[in-house]
Amino acid sequence: MPKVSMTVNGKEVSGNIDSRTLLVQFLRDTLRLTGTHVGCDTSQCGCCVVHVDGKALKSCTVLALTLEGANVMTIEGLATDGKLHPMQEAFRENHALQCGFCTPGMIMTSVDIVNRKGNKLDEQTIRHELEGNLCRCTGYHNIVKAVAAGAEAMGK
Amino acid sequence: MYQFTYHRVDSARKASNLAEKNEDAKFLAGGMTLLPTMKQRLASPSALIDLNSASEKLAGIEVKGRNIHIGAMTRHYDVANSKDVQEAIPALADLAGMIGDPAVRHRGTIGGSVANNDPAADYPSALLALNATIHTNKRKITADEFFTGLFETALEPGELITKIVFPVPSKAAYMKFPNPASRYAMVGVFVAKKGKDVRVTVTGAGSSGVFRAGKFEAALTAKFHVKSLEGISATAEGLNSDIHADAAYRAHLIGVMARRAVNKANGK
Repeated sequence: MPKVSMTVNGKEVSGNIDSRTLLVQFLRDTLRLTGTHVGCDTSQCGCCVVHVDGKALKSCTVLALTLEGANVMTIEGLATDGKLHPMQEAFRENHALQCGFCTPGMIMTSVDIVNRKGNKLDEQTIRHELEGNLCRCTGYHNIVKAVAAGAEAMGK
Repeated sequence: MYQFTYHRVDSARKASNLAEKNEDAKFLAGGMTLLPTMKQRLASPSALIDLNSASEKLAGIEVKGRNIHIGAMTRHYDVANSKDVQEAIPALADLAGMIGDPAVRHRGTIGGSVANNDPAADYPSALLALNATIHTNKRKITADEFFTGLFETALEPGELITKIVFPVPSKAAYMKFPNPASRYAMVGVFVAKKGKDVRVTVTGAGSSGVFRAGKFEAALTAKFHVKSLEGISATAEGLNSDIHADAAYRAHLIGVMARRAVNKANGK
């Protein structure tokens, strides 16, 4: 089986994998990083969003082999020294989750939005940018509030 | 997904050499359509030739005279955010920014979208309306000759798109009515005016893929103003009907999107 090496959450990792292995399978099954979820498996719901070389991607629709040498960050890589990332803290504070299944993808997408659009985000921008992430519990209102609060907190 | 052999290549030449040796091979660009299709077992290539390591050579945006050259591996996000594209052909940057969602735009490529020629994809309408030229490793093909039908193009087996060259229009705009779930175009209309030449192209609606709307073009050639489209409507014949919209509704949307696009192109 072919070998792939990449950096995940700052650590060098590698594995011999079937060529069909998707990034999300490599993360969950090989590396046992199960924070990244598979919701729809058809690149619509966004539960599997991770950052690859600093950009949000849907890890259910990328082959692991294609990311040789890439730098990947998952939800497990956000918190530092046991302290929640400001976006995670904002989701907690604003009750932006109920069942929590979509939350890792929501948070990774939200951090990506801030990286691209800055710390002052209006409601319309947030809703538009979250088009690729589905939540079946919250009705989105609290997620939108959390993203705005998290974005601001990330600037401090 | 069925088993395939994986090949990573760092140049267009190596990619086409491999493709010629593997009859059922497919090129892998962004994979935003190909991988979901393979997961559903609707496609089962014997080999994937991954172009992502050739991105440095095959991606990039350059202004050359009155043309914009966009490398085949350029991601939608990079087209949408390119200062050069935004200045020269803002309609094209707008279109790229409307494809899928942010994560899809980070990965999907213009070459992949064009080669796939999905009847609801956005880019084919831009290439046809702007009279773009598709450069491959073998030849140059005009957009008029390139899109030949549903998921069909003039590309031959093993032929690889290397870049797409867009002449800069005097006015252009793209308006789409997206399917709210998939963001694919239920109907998308691209209008472009270059000198006296006016083109109106429609994606998402035609049962044979992207097409030019002759009646709309003729009316707008006389005068490029939304009033020229009064009383002009598309016919439902040859349009798609599905659970999202029937042909008559799509025909109606063509008129609505065309009028909005003309207004936008005129700065209104």
